[in-house]
Amino acid sequence: MWGGGKLGSSVGWFLRVLGPGGRNTKAARPLISSAVYVKNQLSWMLQIKPGVFNEYRTMFKSYRTTFSCLNRIKSFRYPWARLYSTSQTTVDSGEVKTFLALAHKWWDEQGVYAPLHSMNDLRVPFIRDNLLKTIPNHQPGKPLFGMKILDVGCGGGLLTEPLGRLGASVIGIDPVDENIKTAQCHKSFDPVLDKRIEYRVCSLEEIVEETAETFDAVVASEVVEHVIDLETFLQCCCQVLKPSGSLFITTINKTQLSYALGIVFSEQIAGIVPKGTHTWEKFVSPETLESILESNGLSVQTVVGMLYNPFSGYWHWSENTSLNYAAHAVKSGVQEHPMSAEFAFKGETEELQANACTNPAVHEELRK
Amino acid sequence: MRSQGPPLCSFGVLASRAARPRRQRYDIHFHDKKILLLEAGPKKVLEKLSETYSNRVSSISPGSATLLSSFGAWDHICNMRYRAFRRMQVWDACSEALIMFDKDNLDDMGYIVENDVVMHALTKQLEAVSDRVTVLYRSKAIRYTWPCPFPMTDSSPWVHITLGDGSTFQTKLLIGADGHNSGVRQAAGIQNVSWNYDQSAVVATLYLSEATENNVAWQRFLPSGPIALLPLSDTLSSLVWSTSHEHAAQLVSMDEEKFVDAVNSAFWSDADHTDFIDTAGAMLQYAVGLLKPTKVSARQLPPSVARVDAKSRVLFPLGLGHAAEYVRPRVALIGDAAHRVHPLAGQGVNMGFGDISSLAHHLSTAAFNGKDLGSMSHLTGYETERQRHNTALLAATDLLKRLYSTSAAPLVLLRTWGLQATNAVSPLKEQIMAFASK
Repeated sequence: MWGGGKLGSSVGWFLRVLGPGGRNTKAARPLISSAVYVKNQLSWMLQIKPGVFNEYRTMFKSYRTTFSCLNRIKSFRYPWARLYSTSQTTVDSGEVKTFLALAHKWWDEQGVYAPLHSMNDLRVPFIRDNLLKTIPNHQPGKPLFGMKILDVGCGGGLLTEPLGRLGASVIGIDPVDENIKTAQCHKSFDPVLDKRIEYRVCSLEEIVEETAETFDAVVASEVVEHVIDLETFLQCCCQVLKPSGSLFITTINKTQLSYALGIVFSEQIAGIVPKGTHTWEKFVSPETLESILESNGLSVQTVVGMLYNPFSGYWHWSENTSLNYAAHAVKSGVQEHPMSAEFAFKGETEELQANACTNPAVHEELRK
Repeated sequence: MRSQGPPLCSFGVLASRAARPRRQRYDIHFHDKKILLLEAGPKKVLEKLSETYSNRVSSISPGSATLLSSFGAWDHICNMRYRAFRRMQVWDACSEALIMFDKDNLDDMGYIVENDVVMHALTKQLEAVSDRVTVLYRSKAIRYTWPCPFPMTDSSPWVHITLGDGSTFQTKLLIGADGHNSGVRQAAGIQNVSWNYDQSAVVATLYLSEATENNVAWQRFLPSGPIALLPLSDTLSSLVWSTSHEHAAQLVSMDEEKFVDAVNSAFWSDADHTDFIDTAGAMLQYAVGLLKPTKVSARQLPPSVARVDAKSRVLFPLGLGHAAEYVRPRVALIGDAAHRVHPLAGQGVNMGFGDISSLAHHLSTAAFNGKDLGSMSHLTGYETERQRHNTALLAATDLLKRLYSTSAAPLVLLRTWGLQATNAVSPLKEQIMAFASK
């Protein structure tokens, strides 16, 4: 099912239409189109960057257009699916399909993922500052040196790379193969990042066993609104965290406003977000998130709202969490202690029992 | 500025400044970044400061001086030579109107420093940070390869530069600081709004008739162009005389005595005064005196010139220029590469230092946010901030130049009254000084 024009079916031609001067100003996004050859399909598709407001403007501006008519394809689905075979997965195969379609677009800062690029201005300082609180003396130029971070649902590595640049060792995981390919390719140009970042195609559940309690921080940014089973997902996040490790989540609230602005306006009207990216039913309210986190032994430190200005393209922090919000939770660091206390008591009671002392107080402890 | 392949660009005062870290040590956010500076000229090693003063000087504003001292270059300048001035008198040749700038407690308004001295101070500081900044002298970039605007999977997203000797570098951020005929700007295809003025500037080093305190900067607007006298020492001053091309050529080639006479008469002669304007000016001055009886600024005369330093007379053409864009993905322009201005306001190099300050600040924040330094998101922040400041200054300077290039009565009247009024309104003068000192 194609959303729009489907051009021929022969050898590929790559077309690029740029605005004058080739430079993208913030206000006028030049029309960029490319033909992408889908490997298992012999048809060529024309993808045109969505951008309703600017598209008409740039159509008039662009003088290098070689098309007589331009189709606007906002979303299209690949007919062949790459499903995950694990039965116990939080990965939604429908979501995988959606993201597969846009796998090549990650690093175009003015493209479909522009809002995610500019969200880095908020989420990187958020993560960085909260982690710096736990580091007594940080290295100049590499503030997060020595930290091990897991970026769940890293996509093309938009958030992984800045964290890597700040000195952390980051592992980025994503269930979509193409995303990881794009991310790998992009980081390969920078030798420093190449060493600090590792990408894997997998879901969180698959690595829970081998990476239990190894990460100082887990980042799940714009992910929890795409998973099937939120409880399990957050449980796994908790499991891979070291005690006192931090969990950072950014997601969208489930409110009427988020439906109106986040789905109707952003996707269908303004094209800020590609159609079909989000499903309102899967949005998570901060209260729900908090309760699940608390029940898994994570104590929520901060919940703060984020607001996107589609005109300027910048995000802002906000008191209001009814649209987007960011949360920081810390895994309790006391899990070891009850265990050892228990062992200590058991040891003691065994000793006492061995001495044939039947103190009722000891029975009390045993029953604990 | 960074990467395995470092980032960088070209020569000049601004380039060497731009390569420098912000603070006495380094800006910590640039800690592991590598910088390459390409300088077309040879390395200038100043064994000993020459006795004779150089004829190319710059007026360094307090803001620029702060920037230079933030990484230790100002100390080197202080150890060599510079001249602080505390007052500036600007007046018209066609009337009695004048404006006098000074700070309340007679603080330094600015510093006159020879360009060679500044260059030497910066070179010295560059050597001090040679572990981070590599300088290649006598090198010129002959080809630039820009990254694709649309991210392609297999092409390098960085800028590649090929030098004359065949070596190549790749960089995340290319900073063009190569003057008003910027090769970087041309190669990037950035539109440049520019025009040549019908004026050339004549510079010379002048000996004063007698030693004075010499801490005042003088500028007189003649119909042919402004003439300025900038203090260098108790007995020396630097001349910057912007005038028509023919007159400039004459000035440079005439006898030294005739030249000195021409200079003195340019400052002292009242030949361009007309009765009408004088009367009109006096009227406004009287009115101002009634409203504001306290401050009386009588016109002072600059010190007379005795002789000119042989071989110090040089002329260079003037023009205006402004790049339509200061930044492109992975490219930033600073200094004269981005903007070129008439010397009448003494702001050219200070605008450049302001660019550096702003760019360094934006890059530092970006580095602390883990951003790719060549990313447009923070480069556009730099561009917006500087374009706002620079276009205002450029426009004002151009306007002043045009306004004062005529001796037509209506315009002379307008500017006479305007100047007198501005001189009378202290808050306005303070605003002007504050804007120019940044």
